[in-house]
Amino acid sequence: MSAEAPILSLRALDVRFRTTDGELRAVRGVSLDVAPGETLAIVGESGSGKSQTMMAVMGLLASNGFATGSVKVAGEEILGLSPRELNRFRGSRLGMIFQEPMTSLDPLYRIGDQISEPLRAHGKMSKGAARARALELLTLVGIPRPQERLDSYPHELSGGQRQRVMIAMALANRPEVLIADEPTTALDVTIQAQILELLADLKRRFGMAIVFITHDLGIVRRFADRVVVMKGGEIVETGATAEVFSQPREAYTRMLLAAEPTGRKEPPPNDSPPVIEARDVRVTFQLRKGFFGGQSSELKAVDGVDLLLRRGGTTGVVGESGSGKSTLGRAILRLTPAAGSVRYEDRDLMPLGRDGMRPLRKQLQLVFQDPFGSLSPRMTVGEIITEGLLVHEPGVTRSERDRRAAQALEEVSLDPSARNRFPHEFSGGQRQRIAIARAMILKPRLVVLDEPTSALDRSVQKDIVDLLRRLQRQYDLSYLFISHDLSVVRALSDEILVMKSGKVVERGTTEQIFADPQEPYTKALMAAAFLSAQAIE
Amino acid sequence: MGLYVIRRLLSAIPTLFLIVTISFFLIRVAPGGPFDLERPLEAKVMENLRKIYQLDQPLWYQYWLYLSALMRGDLGPSFYFRDFTIGELFARGLPISMRLGFTALLLAVVVGGTLGVIAAFRQNQPTDYAVVGLATFGITVPTFVVAPILQIVFGLTLSWFPVGGWNDGAVRNTVLPILTLALPQVAVVARMTRAAMIEVLRSNHVRTLRANGLPLPVIVRHALRGAALPVVSYLGPAAAALLTGSVVVETIFGIPGIGRYFVEGALNRDYTLVMGTVIVIAIFVLVFNLLVDLVYALIDPRVRYE
Repeated sequence: MSAEAPILSLRALDVRFRTTDGELRAVRGVSLDVAPGETLAIVGESGSGKSQTMMAVMGLLASNGFATGSVKVAGEEILGLSPRELNRFRGSRLGMIFQEPMTSLDPLYRIGDQISEPLRAHGKMSKGAARARALELLTLVGIPRPQERLDSYPHELSGGQRQRVMIAMALANRPEVLIADEPTTALDVTIQAQILELLADLKRRFGMAIVFITHDLGIVRRFADRVVVMKGGEIVETGATAEVFSQPREAYTRMLLAAEPTGRKEPPPNDSPPVIEARDVRVTFQLRKGFFGGQSSELKAVDGVDLLLRRGGTTGVVGESGSGKSTLGRAILRLTPAAGSVRYEDRDLMPLGRDGMRPLRKQLQLVFQDPFGSLSPRMTVGEIITEGLLVHEPGVTRSERDRRAAQALEEVSLDPSARNRFPHEFSGGQRQRIAIARAMILKPRLVVLDEPTSALDRSVQKDIVDLLRRLQRQYDLSYLFISHDLSVVRALSDEILVMKSGKVVERGTTEQIFADPQEPYTKALMAAAFLSAQAIE
Repeated sequence: MGLYVIRRLLSAIPTLFLIVTISFFLIRVAPGGPFDLERPLEAKVMENLRKIYQLDQPLWYQYWLYLSALMRGDLGPSFYFRDFTIGELFARGLPISMRLGFTALLLAVVVGGTLGVIAAFRQNQPTDYAVVGLATFGITVPTFVVAPILQIVFGLTLSWFPVGGWNDGAVRNTVLPILTLALPQVAVVARMTRAAMIEVLRSNHVRTLRANGLPLPVIVRHALRGAALPVVSYLGPAAAALLTGSVVVETIFGIPGIGRYFVEGALNRDYTLVMGTVIVIAIFVLVFNLLVDLVYALIDPRVRYE
């Protein structure tokens, strides 16, 4: 492989952004070669510059960004070309797919037309020929009923199907290099596996080189020939995949490799009293009720779920998007109308209205997935954390609130001075700590954790998992932990419910489920989540 | 879709009824009446006038009379413009206002849209600043300032166009009023198009087009369609306002449209004229909002009406 001339070659690539705070150097002197037909993975955490490196190659930097250095495609310099000249390469010799399949297609145009466009622009195909080729491509990427799909709009397709369409577009002109920027991150685990399988299959058939930008080491281990590890805009390590995984040279690489959440949770004693006892919980949504009473249909988001959660215990709820796992969490906290029965300690929550629930809210807390959207940008961290105290303990003095805020921040390993700053000054992991502090300051008994680690880098996830376990031990908390990420669930839960289409399809202790999953759906989830581990072991 | 249109038109009836009812009683609450003059009329004369126009009847009965006449398409006689019915006034004035308004609207879409697109592609460059500057000028300077300036420059100094008058709709006479009407609309449309385009150009799906090496015309086509959505929703109510005439422009240029009727009707307590104007404007607003929704569905496949 090394003897061949590289198809893509970067030399001393720098990417800078002009910002109001001066110039930001996002990529620092990156040099790398991609051989024809090889799969190169670029790994690193968010902010490592891995995406911006390839955005610069494609001439897709934001308008305040610019790149210097050299980017050669088969020996021809493309950095600094005008968009028109660059278009000889983009979409023909270089293809790219993105992290956001939901928004990467134009919602206003038909799938067939969107796939045809690069064919007509580069291959000078007629409309009819392009459409015929678009049909071939849709078949190639495994879209069911491709003939019909030509005339579909993006919103009629699922995320996985949209990513397949993106792949079809990128491959339309048989590129020599396909750049895949986190192509599976936004997808459900089983869909992720399918997309990765598709990419591997297409690579076998067409032999293009793939540059895989990812933070998921499982994907790297399984698919990449070589790995480039980036940190702070620089390449810190590079080598053959097996080598990097078995003998990482850099501390940062070792940290990335070790970042999978580890450890298990001690189950609570058997005589531990129940905190939540839910029977036959049902949540039904009315869909589309017309203004003049047109037909309405029902969606059973949660369909008869039982749940028993003991003091100090954690129940993990896993499933893919739309399985009803988040809705179940909300139903148990009485945040969404539901039928069935939910008992909290010795009280029946179902008959309680908004006012009846209020005194209990203090003990029943919720932490959300999105650490960016769930903190008000206009309040200081101190105000955010103590807002609940104002409601639930109005007698607490200002100085006492401040003291408790400082204490809560220390508990989640943040500097107490953080309480005078605003959320935007913090990273995703720090914001999630703030959200946890906001729940913990009220000394809750039950915390519903709705995908609290999904938006975070692996190494940060590990820290949050450690923090959650420590807090649980310290305060004898009960967690309802909702996630699609099985490695995190394993590290936190005593018992697991697997949900699909609103129903629990399998339940058991964490050991049982992981050692011997019964349902095909559970097995599919497992296979998808741990394909990395199986591939290497 | 056809069913949807029929349903929307049917649901417009209660809306119109509500508007008619509220405005009927609201204008009656205003102190004074249509026949109040500086020097009061003799009691006998006043009494006869009120009898002729049925103003001596109880209010609810007058309301009933008005409604039943309205059902027959009769908007009643004007109290102020004697010898004219409201229908006659609108038949004469509405086409004039609509002609001016429609041309101004066309200018707003074509000129404003083009300027907005150019500015978006040249964001933060001199061309962009020029467009934004022009748009800010057009929005902030009121028509009663623009109109006299146009009259002085193009009417008096250059003598290109007449200063005012309708002259049976000669094109020369319409140029300055149309420009005055169009300027703020061109400005708003330019600004909205620019903002919407900038947003679409930054979107992920335009990034996909660029990543696939598609030429500029394709990118413009995609971006325009996406950027059209907010502009279209602005144009609906704007069209209703433009087509029903402008008090300021029609007064300054001496144009016999219907724009001044609303103010004059209200000042003179010309009850039927106020009602007529309200109904005409309401119909325009309802129709154009329906049109906007239909155009929306044409542009955006995610919008569905059943």
